[in-house]
Amino acid sequence: MKKSWIAFLTMVFCITLTQSVWAAYKIGFVAAITGPASWIGEPEKNTAVMLQEWINSARGISGVPVEILIEDSKGMEGDAVLATKKLIERDKVPIIIGSSTTGESMAMLPICERAETPMISMASALSIVTPEDEMKRMETSAQPWLEVAKKQRYWIFKVAEKDADNVEKIYMYCQAKKIKKVGIITVSSGYGVEGRRQLKRLARKYGIEIVADELYEMRDTDMTAQLTKIKASGAQAVINWSFGPAQVIVTKNWSDLGMRGKIPLIQSGAFGNKNNIKLAAGAAEGVIVVLQRAVFAEKVDPKNPQKPVLMKYKTEYEKRFKSDVSTFGGHAYDAIMMTTEALKAVGPDKKKIRDYLETKIRYWPGVGGMFNMSPSDHTGFGTDGMEMIEVVKGEWELAK
Amino acid sequence: MAEYRASPFGLYSMSLFSQILQFLFSGLTVGSIYGMVALGFTIIYNATAIINLAQGEFVMLGGLIMFSLTVGAKLPLYVGFPLTILIVMAIGVLFERFAIHPLRNASLLTLIIITLAASTLFQGIAMFIWGKDPYTLPPFTSGGPVIISGAMIVPQTFWVLGTAMTIVILLGLFFEKTIVGKAMSACSFNPMAASLMGINVRKMVLLSFVLSAALGAVAGIMITPISLMEYHRGPVLAVKGFCAAVLGGLGIGYGAVIGGFIIGILESFTTALIYSGFKDAVALFILLFILCFKPSGIFGSEEVGKIKEF
Repeated sequence: MKKSWIAFLTMVFCITLTQSVWAAYKIGFVAAITGPASWIGEPEKNTAVMLQEWINSARGISGVPVEILIEDSKGMEGDAVLATKKLIERDKVPIIIGSSTTGESMAMLPICERAETPMISMASALSIVTPEDEMKRMETSAQPWLEVAKKQRYWIFKVAEKDADNVEKIYMYCQAKKIKKVGIITVSSGYGVEGRRQLKRLARKYGIEIVADELYEMRDTDMTAQLTKIKASGAQAVINWSFGPAQVIVTKNWSDLGMRGKIPLIQSGAFGNKNNIKLAAGAAEGVIVVLQRAVFAEKVDPKNPQKPVLMKYKTEYEKRFKSDVSTFGGHAYDAIMMTTEALKAVGPDKKKIRDYLETKIRYWPGVGGMFNMSPSDHTGFGTDGMEMIEVVKGEWELAK
Repeated sequence: MAEYRASPFGLYSMSLFSQILQFLFSGLTVGSIYGMVALGFTIIYNATAIINLAQGEFVMLGGLIMFSLTVGAKLPLYVGFPLTILIVMAIGVLFERFAIHPLRNASLLTLIIITLAASTLFQGIAMFIWGKDPYTLPPFTSGGPVIISGAMIVPQTFWVLGTAMTIVILLGLFFEKTIVGKAMSACSFNPMAASLMGINVRKMVLLSFVLSAALGAVAGIMITPISLMEYHRGPVLAVKGFCAAVLGGLGIGYGAVIGGFIIGILESFTTALIYSGFKDAVALFILLFILCFKPSGIFGSEEVGKIKEF
């Protein structure tokens, strides 16, 4: 009899103990850790793990520990949706961060909107934060290339650069180089489709004509045919919008077809991983990339307010995980740090967190850029967050 | 980089002939990859009538193991190549012994679903060993692309083509001229009759898995310099390879390779003449179209098709 009492008391003790551990600030985190977009999700997950350690070793958020609940969406819309539902309904998280890709984020956002839960996406497409009718208005207006979004989705934010800004940065570069005709080649996944949409919308603004518009699948093994068509179209530059191995194959094909020095190849931001240069085995020489500053933190102007954040993140990440830093992990960094700040100020209240993100993130130096959130801009930074980079002798150099 | 001067239209564009040639070469490159993968399907099918859905994983493992041995452990090519094939063959043995052999009395469909499970398992293991990054191998012969009348082809394509041809010839000889080969094809038509004739059916099934693992490994080693390789590449290669094998007539070596070329070239010319967004659709549509009129594939025989379950 006595023994069973002791057992019972131990049990009660254990339960209270675990509950006191559970009384932490929960953050829902969905990323494509495995699957075709795993090279985006992996550094994001690593960053989440690292930040949780940082925050909790510094006594958490005003003494309350943080628990980042990491879910793997496998790069699939269905899994991303299930993970989001689980986090909101079962784990009762006050905020969702995720996911890594545009397609997944688009699938997740209706759930967060319905549950009135703020969501910070780590993917790039403008349409994640901009309602579809607003996108339509911009595209169907008399001068779509001059439009900017005025309305944003109430609950949805994102920290990755907007694809539209990436495109504008590229077109600014083309304009400076007197390139008037471009060929575009895009992958037919969410990321490529949205990129293509912006490439087509904004071309006129910079006096650029798209003379070839080619597509390929994410796991295609050769894009020579598409590039041959672009080569024959009279394009003065090729803009490739994709990610993963396909982006390297396009680079190799471009180099093999002898287009280097004649028709420059401009890559979307996803090329920003040193491994891509290594994989292309010399073929990446002269490739132009539109990049955020994380990957070349050392070369950033010391007067830039982002510099200390960038250097700290880069050195710590590379020390901890023994791999090169990428822009993607930076998105996770910004999303988690913003959330932590909001939790510190207003506690785990969904509506208050949302309001904090929209109104209080001002001149906020992150890895991605100087964030300035507002009711009409839930990304918070524009073309100023990017630089045009050229691959020179296997290194990132500012493009001249 | 210097300023790009506005190039007058056509300065860097190619003549129509070199364009067509370029599309053909591009189709050949892609087609030879599909063909290589397709070859692996034929052997297991010939011996067991099983469609091995983990065939793409043999290819993936071939590429990745070769990477670890030659780039990672810095072994020379002539050591790494056979060693890779041996390792993948061993994996084929384990696969057959642990997944197929204990269930030899199960229906064909069950066995095919088991190969699907194995495919997921191999991917998971590969992800743990190599992580999620893609890898590449240096091409077998160094030097830039070969230019023929203004069109470009990478030398590695010749290696893929040559290897595919050699394998087709060797396979043909094996199935037509050797007792083991004939015994193996007997097993797929009627395992019962074959075993009554004194053929050890179980050994033949094991042998077929070993052989197709070896073929997969060769395919992986050959195509990785062109297309890169990562843990997740198997299923897509398997789908395209399977289409090629079906188009050429399942179980026929040269049919698989030619099927691969047809699909590759169709994709390339769809890009050229219609639109790159439609290339997979057009290639698969033509596959369905041909199969409507000739369900056994271009080189397949109707009678043989009737005996088999799939």
